[in-house]
Amino acid sequence: MSEYESHEFDVLVIGAGGAGLRAAVEAIAVGARTAVICKSLLGKAHTVMAEGGIAAALGTVYPEDDWKVHFRDTMRGGKMLNNWRMAQIHAQEAPERVYELEEWGAVFDRTDDGRILQRDFGGHRYARLAHVGDRTGLELIRTLQQTAVHRRAEVFMECTVVNLVTDGTRISGAVAYRRETGAFLVFRAKAVVLATGGIGKAYRITSNSWEYTGDGHALALWAGADLIDMEFVQFHPTGMVWPPSVRGILVTEGVRGDGGILLNSEGRRFMFDYIPEMFRGETADTEEEADRWYADKSVRRTPDLLPRDEVARAINTEIKAGRGTEHGGVFLDIASRRPAEVIKRKLPGMYHQFRQLADVDITKEPMEIGPTCHYMMGGVRVDAETAAATIPGLYAAGEVAAGLHGANRLGGNSLSDLVVFGRRAGMAAAEYALGVEGQFVMDPAEVDRIAADAVAPFERDRGENPYAIQRDLEECMHTLVGIIRTEAELKQALDEIAALKERAGRVAVEGNRQFNPGWHLAMDLAPMLAVSECIGRAALERKESRGGHTRDDYPDTDPEFAKVNVRIHRNGEGNGVRVDHIPLPEMPAELAALFEEQH
Amino acid sequence: MTDQTVTMRLWRGDAEQGEFRDYQVDAQEGEVVLDVIHRIQATQAGDLAVRWNCKAGRCGSCSAEINGKPRLLCMTRMNLFEPGEPITVTPIKAFPLIRDLVTDVSFNYEMAEKVPAFAPRAKDPKTEADGHYRMAQRDIERVQEFRKCIECFLCQNVCHVIRDPHVTERAFAGPRFFVRYAELEMHPLDTSDRRELLRQRMGLGLCNITKCCTEVCPEEIHITDNAIIPLKERVVDKRYDPIRRVARRLRRPKPAEPPAHPGS
Repeated sequence: MSEYESHEFDVLVIGAGGAGLRAAVEAIAVGARTAVICKSLLGKAHTVMAEGGIAAALGTVYPEDDWKVHFRDTMRGGKMLNNWRMAQIHAQEAPERVYELEEWGAVFDRTDDGRILQRDFGGHRYARLAHVGDRTGLELIRTLQQTAVHRRAEVFMECTVVNLVTDGTRISGAVAYRRETGAFLVFRAKAVVLATGGIGKAYRITSNSWEYTGDGHALALWAGADLIDMEFVQFHPTGMVWPPSVRGILVTEGVRGDGGILLNSEGRRFMFDYIPEMFRGETADTEEEADRWYADKSVRRTPDLLPRDEVARAINTEIKAGRGTEHGGVFLDIASRRPAEVIKRKLPGMYHQFRQLADVDITKEPMEIGPTCHYMMGGVRVDAETAAATIPGLYAAGEVAAGLHGANRLGGNSLSDLVVFGRRAGMAAAEYALGVEGQFVMDPAEVDRIAADAVAPFERDRGENPYAIQRDLEECMHTLVGIIRTEAELKQALDEIAALKERAGRVAVEGNRQFNPGWHLAMDLAPMLAVSECIGRAALERKESRGGHTRDDYPDTDPEFAKVNVRIHRNGEGNGVRVDHIPLPEMPAELAALFEEQH
Repeated sequence: MTDQTVTMRLWRGDAEQGEFRDYQVDAQEGEVVLDVIHRIQATQAGDLAVRWNCKAGRCGSCSAEINGKPRLLCMTRMNLFEPGEPITVTPIKAFPLIRDLVTDVSFNYEMAEKVPAFAPRAKDPKTEADGHYRMAQRDIERVQEFRKCIECFLCQNVCHVIRDPHVTERAFAGPRFFVRYAELEMHPLDTSDRRELLRQRMGLGLCNITKCCTEVCPEEIHITDNAIIPLKERVVDKRYDPIRRVARRLRRPKPAEPPAHPGS
């Protein structure tokens, strides 16, 4: 082990998106020696692609908004499967975290009286998203990046963690490699914060970047931590569909928040046909009422802004019924609804993106859009207060953690999740690391084994092409574990994933270890395949339809499944996973009462 | 453009040696250069090194030179090029090569560390009694323009001063960081004064406003007109404010130093 570059820290944060950077800033504030390790250059993490805004009940536009309304919206959006305490903490602390970003240099769009402006979004009763045009994620990442740099966070850029190391019962470090040179890195760390984001690269059509290979989900699973809610994958209703090369690129929900509507090929506002019972009381049933709602919150919300799972399913149904566009999407029209200069001011990124990539002027013509794999609700099971995973020394925040969003996340609740729980994870990890006693053991033989496994693809002369395996996995997940699922298809998917795992064991790469994307992908296959199996297993287990999990063979919600999370855990032999149910934490009566009120 | 086969002429190699290599590859309707490079990776050259992330023009990872023009690979459509002509892709030139299309951009991260942090003023006890700042939209629009920067470093890549081999001591921040300094200087809440630093240590005076940076900015930030020139004016105002000048003379009776030239 002595031949490896090695470092020692109190807290190692894996991932430099919003959650990781916020965790690092907090861990440093507590006094822990802290490092951040990230696969890309600093400032390029997937947070940068968040567009519409950060949800927080600031009440700057609607003073009647408060944390209770936000809490209620979040729980209902999540089909009540959320961890109630996480949803409460999130709603209560989000405003403070937004104002803190402003103190650190973020420059949000303003109201006429100089306060932070808030925008309408799906599932939120009031205009609640603080934003900067349609590039809010960039603002968040830049602010946190600059804050972390000024506070002297040690950052290991372009490094990938391949395994966590435990000393039997608790975290003792991690093994990584530098992408630039291929050299291994050994981190001794008392605490690890996972902030690795999601899993979208397992799907063919996705808004996610190459980094989203489920690394943190897999690292936690392999280390022995619990995962929950892995069946809940969010398909964002509006991804680009044409031309093929841009298929999946996100079109912000802000388009609908700012007045855009969904139309099928017959020109019908079809969302009025898809208002679910749960949201009937708060959703407009005429176009006249829906259009009034943008300026008058005393009437009911347009169905174009139902939660994402509802809208994605509706679009899917329209397309399957033959009412889709030429390229297999539906129309999203803001051109006929708002003046060109308003569209360009509020949605400059969208204007630019469609003009440059699709030759479409969104101020003159409708966009063609369709569902795209966007967000993973499932992930590491954590304690609501501390973001602690189920093994000592391991923490998780942001998309890699589960619980806050339940079965479906509301737009805008991700950026707020990052800063609320990033901070809590950083604080708890630092406090644990500074207080924990004893020697932390890293077994040199284990480190050697991890390194040897990692370079094995160079030693095979002829083998599987890693790019081909990823493509086949994407196809499998997309067609068999997508928006609509059935038992037969899920079983087929699990068989295919098992076969892909075997192929991945025979993967071969060319070239050397210096910045070699083929080799990097070969190593990303292991977490992608592990996570895909978890999604398939959990989806098979949940025999009902709820949020981001729709079963054609069990189309209704089942009250029994409303009481449980599906849990996935490494099995005793360490060669597979086991699946069981754990009861949902019970909401206290005073919070439960919020759901009895009529809207 | 309908589907066709194109010739991509890519730089392959590392800091020691390298060469152009031609790849025949399919290009489909609507594709960008990055799509075609990915196809080459998947089918012909698994180890072809290229940086990328979002593939939507938002992260600024995939900067390169395409037929000699600095661009984002993910935002450059294939139909921009004459059918039948090879398309040449090389790494950006101003920074040391790591491998193939990937360069060592750590210079920019070193410069980022040198920027003195944002230092907001105290809240106004009358107008901000709720503990939250007030800022008018019109007062932050310029700052928001600067904060659109995706740190693709194309402006750094084309900057004459950064490309000048004599600028060895790295006493020149470059356009990306002049945008950052301008953003802080014009931020309605910031209280710090970074003008002396800009003049003495960041080489603001070395910029001769040829606007090459502005021309390549994918975010269309008016780097020269809105950031660099106003910064130069602010630095000059401070330097030649007659009262301050007298005060400076009284404090320090030696002639003002010439602007630092890193090459000298």
